[in-house]
Amino acid sequence: MSIRQLTTVVALAGGLMASAAAATDGESLYQAYCVQCHGSQGDGNGINAAHLSVQPRSHIDREEMSARSDEELYRVIAEGGAAINKSVLMPPWSGNLDETEINALVGYLRVLCCEE
Amino acid sequence: MRVKAAILLSVLAGPLLSGPLYADGESIVREQCAACHQLMEPAEAESAVSRLERQAPPLYYAGNKFRREWLVKWLQRPDRLRPAGYYPAVEIVPGEDGDVVETSTLPQHPSLSGDEAVEVSDYLMGLTARQDLVDADNYEPGTVALRMGMMDFRRFKGCDACHRDASDSGGVSGPRLHDAWQRLQPAFMSSFIADPTAWDEATVMPVQSMNESAVHRLVHYLRTIGDDS
Repeated sequence: MSIRQLTTVVALAGGLMASAAAATDGESLYQAYCVQCHGSQGDGNGINAAHLSVQPRSHIDREEMSARSDEELYRVIAEGGAAINKSVLMPPWSGNLDETEINALVGYLRVLCCEE
Repeated sequence: MRVKAAILLSVLAGPLLSGPLYADGESIVREQCAACHQLMEPAEAESAVSRLERQAPPLYYAGNKFRREWLVKWLQRPDRLRPAGYYPAVEIVPGEDGDVVETSTLPQHPSLSGDEAVEVSDYLMGLTARQDLVDADNYEPGTVALRMGMMDFRRFKGCDACHRDASDSGGVSGPRLHDAWQRLQPAFMSSFIADPTAWDEATVMPVQSMNESAVHRLVHYLRTIGDDS
């Protein structure tokens, strides 16, 4: 099922009903803010990737992601790549997302990388 | 009586017969645009994922965003400003070498006649929410050396992760910017870069927390490349 179909189904079934609940839905946040670069599969091959000078991080690389603590992941999302001496192409999101939303994203990254 | 009736009828019907054959701008916008574009400022705060529910950019501050002359032209021959559509996640499919944009399903913006485009543009220019942000901005057009501006845009600020500053360079998820100067009002560009969430809570444009001179330098660059495109 494509994301478009999935979105339609979700819209029809749930009526996009719970903005409050959706706001902390890490997967939805990932779809809205991350897939452009990190890819629909989380493999770092988003539609922007081919145009970037630095390959976006693969979030399904278990070994690499396991080496990062939740605090590090939170920091790079909140403050951007420059905060951990990585690329400025990863922007800071703390002006767009609140603490709960960033934590939801960190949680979803753990699902992407490491959930069997 | 018959003569009086005929005169009365002609007086009543006259404006209808001599008026334009197209609808006024507000009617066209309400009938043709409202299904995809937000025309009214949301009554309540929007969540970060409300982007998922949108089909197109909000228009309630169109009068503070667009240049009227650009709108009139574009509405008659709309081309794609966002190579991957307004909400890329629904327009992409996994390919062999990574995600690709499913261009066959990208929606096409309807085109208007010249008269309709003028009427619609005039109406949209009257939608001026966020006027306080425009009033607070003090951008004055200036210049930046092309190479310096390009380096700033691409290497230092990372804008090219999502935006194109040339037809063949930059990311595809955001709106193209090589002709932004022709499309957008300078104060909007300056204010939006400084704090995009002040304009649109659910924007996916990150808040970069730049100082004023850094913001203005980027707008100078968009002016420099925009004048040539």
